[in-house]
Amino acid sequence: MVFAISKRRFNQPIRSSACHIRQYPNCDFLLQISGFSHSLFHYMNNLLPESWRTQLASAGDQVVFLGTFSRNILRPGFEWNEFLRQCYTVGYKSFTLVGITGFILGFVLTLQSEPTMKAFGAESFVPSMVSISVIREIGPVIIALICAGKIASSIGAELGSMKVSEQIDAMEVSGANPIQYLVVTRVLACIVMIPLLTLMADALALFGGFAASNISNKMTFTLYFSKAFSVLSFTDLIPAVVKTVFFGFAIGFVGCYKGYNSDRGTESVGVAANSAVVAASLWIIVLDAIAVQLTSVFAYN
Amino acid sequence: MRQSNSEQFSQQATPNEAVITLRNLKKSFGIKEVLSDLCMDLYKGENLVVLGKSGSGKSVSIKCMVGLLTQDAGSLRIFEQEVKDLSEQGLRELRIKTGFLFQSAALYDSMTVEQNLEFPLTRVLKLNNKADIRQRTEEVLDSVGLLDAIDKMPSDLSGGMRKRVGLARTLILKPEIMLYDEPTTGLDPITSREISELMLQMQKKYQTSSIIITHDMACAKITSDRILVLDKGVFVAEGTYEQLENGPDELVRSFFK
Repeated sequence: MVFAISKRRFNQPIRSSACHIRQYPNCDFLLQISGFSHSLFHYMNNLLPESWRTQLASAGDQVVFLGTFSRNILRPGFEWNEFLRQCYTVGYKSFTLVGITGFILGFVLTLQSEPTMKAFGAESFVPSMVSISVIREIGPVIIALICAGKIASSIGAELGSMKVSEQIDAMEVSGANPIQYLVVTRVLACIVMIPLLTLMADALALFGGFAASNISNKMTFTLYFSKAFSVLSFTDLIPAVVKTVFFGFAIGFVGCYKGYNSDRGTESVGVAANSAVVAASLWIIVLDAIAVQLTSVFAYN
Repeated sequence: MRQSNSEQFSQQATPNEAVITLRNLKKSFGIKEVLSDLCMDLYKGENLVVLGKSGSGKSVSIKCMVGLLTQDAGSLRIFEQEVKDLSEQGLRELRIKTGFLFQSAALYDSMTVEQNLEFPLTRVLKLNNKADIRQRTEEVLDSVGLLDAIDKMPSDLSGGMRKRVGLARTLILKPEIMLYDEPTTGLDPITSREISELMLQMQKKYQTSSIIITHDMACAKITSDRILVLDKGVFVAEGTYEQLENGPDELVRSFFK
């Protein structure tokens, strides 16, 4: 049903299912089934409240957009230059924000947990606790949320303004492929750069933790990092990196979808940017909950 | 007397072949019917001007022609091909032969003028030879009189210059049909006349057939071979500029006042 009520806004002209079926010989039976399923769909569609229908239509549109994106990934003529430009925009231009966030994350986590750990006489476990919590969970999620705010909104606003000023339509009517040039490059750049940004932020968070430890106590660099790494294994790092790949996809895909499908009018640019952040953040939280369940079952146990 | 059946606008005897044929085209947005029964032909080599009030369905009709919108019913054939039945590849090939100049010119604002013009050459025609690309870019920019602006960003250009660059970007693919969506809207009368004359020059140079959507009568006078008047989704009058200016229909004559 989600497929059926999608609005099909993309390149291909809309054709009815009956039109497809007519190309087969002895198609009367198929046409009857098609007619029946159409009637059934309209009956069920009328039963649903308007808000549900809108939500289902939006979900259907996203599935169609995902299909269009997937078809264009492997199409000849990949836009390498645009992909590298997007990697620079997504990665390098987020470097400072993500770096400072990562450092302060480790710093604050150490400062906040140290007094409690001290009360239990477990002060020496602070580096281990910080490294485990940052690398497994807090680092990927916080950095992904930060990137959703910065990158998804910027992609949503950029594509939204291109849509409003008819630049995307101009690309399409010239015979070029706007999905390949605008969407594939941005989504893949997010998939590549978000895990790298998260790894960098994780490393800086450990340095932040080391700096915080040295405010109240003297702890050598070697001791701090040997304690931090002693509890870590690849079963901590790999699931965390894998989930950031999905976070990257969510950020790029939602930003592109909201921007590419924004309505006409300048207000829709702001709406696209805003809804891109909200939807991408929600995707990240939901994906994280799924990832934690899966890693608990398959990795940590 | 006002003509009620738009079918007659496709029946005119002409020695030229029709490159675009519309028959009983219908298009609605929700409950609002924008095109109700549109019939027309565009003949090879002619400049057809479509006049109409805002919201009468002018832009919708040409957006249907390039597949940006799909009609609800009726037939739309370009070069003998039904547009709604074309595959993705077929539609792409048709779009290469059909240039479209947007009202806002729709220049890619993150690219320079040169990159704007290179974009269709490298992405659509898949050209790799840098010397060839540069030569084509300079040639078409020279023909619209903007060779000096080759390194400028779109934000540095005036409204008239943006329209010229938009025209150059469309013409660089050497289309056989040109569709202009209100090409002189928002321009001062002098620049508007320059753009209209440029469109006429380009039509002669590149031998295109054109549909010009406008409500600028100066533009219509300069560019038109034939004019169609659109009202409430149907064509209500047809003729040359002079014929319509002196015609009996009040709505049609109101455009000339």
